[in-house]
Amino acid sequence: MAHDHVHPHHDRDPHAPVNESHGVRPDSALLERALRELLIEKNIFTAADIQHQIELTESRKPELGARVVAHAWADPQYKAWLLKDAKAAIENFLKIDLDLEPELVVVENTRERHHVICCTLCSCYPRAVLGIPPAWYKSPEYRSRVVIEPRAVLAEFGTTLPDDIEIRVVDSTANMRYMVLPLRPSHTGQMSEAELAALVTRDSMIGVAVLAGSQR
Amino acid sequence: MRPRFTPGDKVRVHAQEVATHCRTPYYLRGKRGVVARVFGAFPNPEQLAYHKIGVPYQPLYQVTFEYAEVWGRPQRHTVITADIYQHWLESDH
Repeated sequence: MAHDHVHPHHDRDPHAPVNESHGVRPDSALLERALRELLIEKNIFTAADIQHQIELTESRKPELGARVVAHAWADPQYKAWLLKDAKAAIENFLKIDLDLEPELVVVENTRERHHVICCTLCSCYPRAVLGIPPAWYKSPEYRSRVVIEPRAVLAEFGTTLPDDIEIRVVDSTANMRYMVLPLRPSHTGQMSEAELAALVTRDSMIGVAVLAGSQR
Repeated sequence: MRPRFTPGDKVRVHAQEVATHCRTPYYLRGKRGVVARVFGAFPNPEQLAYHKIGVPYQPLYQVTFEYAEVWGRPQRHTVITADIYQHWLESDH
């Protein structure tokens, strides 16, 4: 008796095609298509080039950044190189080609200084190592508030830092894309690099979060 | 173009208004900071935006700003850094 009424949302076929437009404005979609077809027609690039670029973009995930962080924790010499010349150090370790990517800078969180990255002007983000930025990173709220009240914004992410730690808000206003090297959690001395990398979250590499067990 | 500033130099961001594309945020215009890093020279984005090649390339600096300098009220242990092109900076003695 309790369940003889209709639950339309349960009747949905989980394999049904997606018919919503995911918030893309129809005129934007039309413009993109027109431009793409024109550029292909004029031999500026091919449809295969676009497919290749989409696959490359989608292959970039925070796991890449996490592997770099774990390696820097495990190897002090590598860390020194990473902090000095991040792009070269990352290309060398991950065996990826970042020639066409923007410049990269890695900033190190310590017990005295915590970095959090943002782009107040648009949505600059270290896509080469973290992939596509989360929606909140691009929101006007995050972009404006993080430079005005960084401790309040961090608290909303569940991150409360001791008062005597300096917060350094890093605004990516130009050519450099920043990634945070988070503090290594305690009691991880025996872990392999793969195990260490599994501890590293995307948000810790943006600096809105710290890793569990790293604050003492 | 050669870099005019080195790490530790005190600088001030120009306070000018521009109606065209530029990458110097409004909230830092006219503010005093300290050069933290020198990144080398890059095409001037104010020209790139209008299909020019961006010469002369502008040295780029990471500049640190104390919170109170930017927002006019104290906030302990809070610093903002931004990357500013040389033609937007002047020496602050």
